[in-house]
Amino acid sequence: MTVLLLAEISQGHLVTDHVARALSAVSALGEVDVLIATDQGGADAAAQAAKLRGVRKVLLCEAPCLAHGLAEPVAALVKSVAEGYSHIVAAAATYGKNILPRVAALLDAMVISDVTAIKDGETFERPVYAGNAVQQVVSSDPLKIFTVRTASFQPAPEGGSAPVELVSAPADPNLSTWVEDRIVVTERPELTSAKRVVSGGRGLGSKENFDAIVRLADKIGAAVGASRAAVDLGYAPNDWQVGQTGKIVAPELYVAVGISGAIQHLAGMKDSKIIVAINKDEDAPILKVADYALVGDLFAIVPELSKKL
Amino acid sequence: MKLLVPVKRVVDYNVKIRVNPDGSGVETSNVKMSMNPFDEIALEEAVRMKEKGVASEIVAVSIGTQQAKETLRTALALGADRAILVDATSDPKQDIEPLSVAKILAKIVAEEKPDLVIAGKQAIDNDMNATGQMLAGLLGWGQATFASAIEISGGSATVTREIDGGLQILKVALPAVITTDLRLNEPRYISLPSIMKAKKKPLEEKTLADLGVDLTPRLRIVHTDEPKQRSAGMRVGSVDELIDKLKNEAGVLS
Ligand SMILES: Cc1cc2nc3c(=O)[nH]c(=O)nc-3n(C[C@H](O)[C@H](O)[C@H](O)COP(=O)(O)OP(=O)(O)OC[C@H]3O[C@@H](n4cnc5c(N)ncnc54)[C@H](O)[C@@H]3O)c2cc1C
Ligand SMILES: Cc1cc2nc3c(=O)[nH]c(=O)nc-3n(C[C@H](O)[C@H](O)[C@H](O)COP(=O)(O)OP(=O)(O)OC[C@H]3O[C@@H](n4cnc5c(N)ncnc54)[C@H](O)[C@@H]3O)c2cc1C
Repeated sequence: MTVLLLAEISQGHLVTDHVARALSAVSALGEVDVLIATDQGGADAAAQAAKLRGVRKVLLCEAPCLAHGLAEPVAALVKSVAEGYSHIVAAAATYGKNILPRVAALLDAMVISDVTAIKDGETFERPVYAGNAVQQVVSSDPLKIFTVRTASFQPAPEGGSAPVELVSAPADPNLSTWVEDRIVVTERPELTSAKRVVSGGRGLGSKENFDAIVRLADKIGAAVGASRAAVDLGYAPNDWQVGQTGKIVAPELYVAVGISGAIQHLAGMKDSKIIVAINKDEDAPILKVADYALVGDLFAIVPELSKKL
Repeated sequence: MKLLVPVKRVVDYNVKIRVNPDGSGVETSNVKMSMNPFDEIALEEAVRMKEKGVASEIVAVSIGTQQAKETLRTALALGADRAILVDATSDPKQDIEPLSVAKILAKIVAEEKPDLVIAGKQAIDNDMNATGQMLAGLLGWGQATFASAIEISGGSATVTREIDGGLQILKVALPAVITTDLRLNEPRYISLPSIMKAKKKPLEEKTLADLGVDLTPRLRIVHTDEPKQRSAGMRVGSVDELIDKLKNEAGVLS
């Protein structure tokens, strides 16, 4: 069996952590080739991917239409190199989730989203109903196409030196054009791979108050997360949302502040190693999954915590 | 401009589902069912386009059992002009995968010739997040997933997408498929008069034989289990105690 791994590219750079985690998820299946689609500067991304242990070769395709990861040209590229592979995989981040279902449709295969465990070459586990049930599915497609949940796998280490091969670009389908990215560049750890996450919810009450969460996170080197309510209310940007329809995280430490613990939120963080809940409501559902619960007013607790850490 | 909005009947998001102990699946009889929340957002967006004069007709379509008619009536009450039920199975346990759903939708698209399909980004039961992208692939149309803003002008849609790291804005030529994210809009409540009006709107039924799509699933569900449960830990009485526990008991802070 040979696996094709579509590498995630963001702002021209390899999202190494996601690629390394997807790689370790599939290495038991066989040899793995990594495909990089970008417009220019792909040599750096390719060199980065080539260093990951377990990569057989890196396929690099550079073409103007591949800039910004638009789904139509990238899917066309994946289809054009798919021959000979038994599995096509990507990390289940917005990049892969946007592209792989389209690839699957082009190749008449059923995509399997958010795989959390790979039993063998055709048997996969994935959560359904906001993680309240786990399905084991067997695929009868000759070519299996799936995305893997990065929080469920450790990143593959460096130490490899795979060769890089150039592949030619598909014709530009010309269906969509990129206008603008509004990406916030941050020094903070990335939410889905951070060892510590501090998240705030509706209880914070305002965008200004939400700064207390950011300060606490910065104090302990954590990524910042949020509930949907906090994002909807404008306290936090959309890509901080943790949950069923946001990001899935599994850090060593997850601190939930002013978050009630709706099933949709729990779906995104209940596999964290240690959960701390800070909430004024004795009956908040988050307390039922917390290892340590501190019941009280977050406006007193959070500043004290920041000060003493 | 004509809009097609696929709507799915799912277990209501407030329901805490039960996994059958024999591993056969999730208990869906006698639980509250609703329209998939992302599809409500899709419909709301369609209705706003019609109110702005950008769209002229909204067709809602659902693929499922006879019970999905309830969901379609809701869609009509929310403002769809017509509805189509594809009666795909009488067995609520039969699996219809996104690939099959997308193939059925592609047939409906061929008949209805919409300028734009607005679907949900994911159904909250199976959480596949796949159908819209697959439909776009099958049709050879452009796609804009995870939309938080849509602007139609001059034969294209400018769509703001919620992606990792922030937002991406792209322009997609029509016809196209757009999938909705949570921040696109806040769906309105259904008024009583609109429920009455919805009863008079046309709801057409089609069978799979009409469409000629093979539904043989590619995935076989071996079993469905409950995830590992977490148990509640302990209450701590103060910030000092919390810090002590995190450092000396859990070892997650140094
Ligand atoms: C289709 C769909 C998808 C969804 N996806 C997601 C998702 O991905 N992620 C997600 O998070 N949600 C999601 N939700 C929303 C979810 O159902 C909840 O509405 C949301 O998680 C609630 O956010 P919250 O806990 O911040 O707010 P609330 O439920 O309002 O909780 C606020 C909490 O703050 C506490 N509090 C208030 N003031 C203080 C204080 N001074 N000190 C201490 N505690 C205080 C309160 O006791 C309360 O427990 C989704 C919903 C739907 C319908
Ligand atoms: C009667 C019936 C019984 C089923 N029973 C099972 C079962 O027991 N086990 C199981 O695993 N699966 C079952 N399925 C299949 C499953 O629920 C989904 O229809 C299918 O897998 C799509 O996956 P998703 O909902 O995650 O799609 P997603 O790709 O997450 O959905 C995205 C969007 O696609 C559109 N869409 C998706 N499905 C439909 C639809 N049916 N009609 C209209 N629009 C749609 C909506 O706009 C939705 O927001 C059943 C389906 C039906 C119709």
